[in-house]
Amino acid sequence: MITAALEEREHYLNASYGLKSWLLTKDHKRIALLYLGTITLFFALGGLFATMIRIELLTPQPDLVSSETYNKLFTMHGVIMVFLFLVPSIPATLGNFFLPIMIGAKDLAFPKLNLLSWYLLVAGGLCTLGAMFAGGVDTGWTFYTPYSSTYSNTYVIATALGIFIAGFSSILTGLNFIVTVHRMRAPGMTWFRLPLFVWSNYATSLIMVLGTPVLAVTILLVGCERLFHIGIFDPALGGDPVLFQHMFWFYSHPAVYIMVLPGMGVVSELVATFSRKRVFGYGFVAFSSVAIAVLGFLVWGHHLFVSGQSVYAGMVFSFLSYFVAVPSAIKVFNWTATLYKGSISYDTPMLYAFGFIGLFTMGGLTGLFLAALGIDVHVTDTYFVVAHFHYIMVGGTLMAYLGGMHYWWPKMTGRMYPEGWAKLSALVVFLGFNLTFFPQFVLGYLGMPRRYHVYPPEFQVLHVMSTAGASVLAVGYLMPLVYFLWSLRYGKLAPANPWGATGLEWQTSSPPPTHNFEEPPVVTHEAYDFAALLEEAQVG
Amino acid sequence: MSEHIDSIKTYTLIFLALLALTFITSTVAYIDLGPLNIVVALVIAVTKMLLVALFFMHVRYSTKLTKIVVAGGLLWLAILLLLTMADFVSRGWLAGT
Repeated sequence: MITAALEEREHYLNASYGLKSWLLTKDHKRIALLYLGTITLFFALGGLFATMIRIELLTPQPDLVSSETYNKLFTMHGVIMVFLFLVPSIPATLGNFFLPIMIGAKDLAFPKLNLLSWYLLVAGGLCTLGAMFAGGVDTGWTFYTPYSSTYSNTYVIATALGIFIAGFSSILTGLNFIVTVHRMRAPGMTWFRLPLFVWSNYATSLIMVLGTPVLAVTILLVGCERLFHIGIFDPALGGDPVLFQHMFWFYSHPAVYIMVLPGMGVVSELVATFSRKRVFGYGFVAFSSVAIAVLGFLVWGHHLFVSGQSVYAGMVFSFLSYFVAVPSAIKVFNWTATLYKGSISYDTPMLYAFGFIGLFTMGGLTGLFLAALGIDVHVTDTYFVVAHFHYIMVGGTLMAYLGGMHYWWPKMTGRMYPEGWAKLSALVVFLGFNLTFFPQFVLGYLGMPRRYHVYPPEFQVLHVMSTAGASVLAVGYLMPLVYFLWSLRYGKLAPANPWGATGLEWQTSSPPPTHNFEEPPVVTHEAYDFAALLEEAQVG
Repeated sequence: MSEHIDSIKTYTLIFLALLALTFITSTVAYIDLGPLNIVVALVIAVTKMLLVALFFMHVRYSTKLTKIVVAGGLLWLAILLLLTMADFVSRGWLAGT
């Protein structure tokens, strides 16, 4: 009966049927769902590798896999999670779906390019997976030379080619977003009325367009050296191995911000909606995204403190790295200030937002440890680093992604998920996450190196805690998968604006029509203007 | 937004200039200028790049936003080169100690 009610009205999901209507679609909402399915599969695969790593690390001896296989496991975990899940995660799914709607546009500026970018991700992913099935790769996700270019006997080229192709997906998405924000805003949607999610995706797009080509060039150079023995990175051929690290991290450090900036955008939306207040210091939060995008390009050398980089360059990079903490802190303080005297409700998305703020802050502050020249020497390549970046990428980005998925799920599908289960899953994810990764800070500080599967017995207790946490975390991730799928058929019908939120996406029906709005919207007030929303409701 | 179209004459001149610069590059390669080798090669390359961008790619007649995008790309390249060179140049400074 519910299904029948939903079918009465035409929307983007029932506008046409059949595989072709999906695989050749130009609708940004459908492409977002294609991305959603794809990256969910990649996440599951990356998670499978993580599970095997954690099971192996239960005991100090090698018992599940050999050293060679272990090297391949952590490499494939990193490659899949970074390049095929985290980089496209929020922009390509939630961004693709909501960026045009939030600015009142019918679609992205280049709908065909948008579809092409999905195909490129799939092609890149298949190439990488092909390499994996053929025998895998053991260089670590960072592909450091000269190991990757000269010595490794694994499928380096095929894996790198996959990343190269997927990189173009990212560049095209970035380009599409930039042009869309510049050219397709609805009447009245000025730059300073843009929702902060749009600002953060805009900043992310700048990084994608400016940084990703350098990764592509770097991969090509590794290929040239490996295949044709042209000396670029190998000292034996007259190259410089540190040059690889400079070029790799010129992209890959900003890539951390590609991963976390969209998450920050999601959290801004969640904090405003569930505090029923305009984000405190809107302008500062908006510009801090751009500041992070720019400053993020000036800090890459902090990955090279012990790689033979000059001490003087190290000092400059250390100093610059501290700067990035400023715009990040502006965001955290402003979200906290938004909560002050807000009318806070503890719905599931808000629980994830709280999780993000706490975990991102811990990830960010431990980043300052690593930006300090002296401390970094002690903790380089230890589990301290592993814990730090998982706090940012999993505790930050993934929490925001799940928060955003819960927040916008009713809009995307027209169905509500079961709130009780969802709250429980947020709690399980938070507890599981901390149990997994907090012990790793301690492990690293005590001297446990990353990328080893044999370790002194005194580290076992902390490793067992971490593995136990990982199993809790796995349950936390499986729960949303199950109840989201369940809700597609059995969930309550979602109203147009279930959260009483202010964005344009909540002014159209759930799920939206193919062209997003029945009438082209005109924007008359600033973002997060809850007073205006209340007034309109009273008038209506 | 009106499209500016260059005359055939301008395009031909730019094309000839590019050919001439290519000829100079290959000729200079046979003359040893010492440390100036790389400088001369890069100056010619940058000049060719500017000619292509400004005329063939129409940046000269484009909007301010397009010019900002081009300048941004060059600025980011400068960041990559400058901070990488900050390492390479200063690496030997501690050699004596």
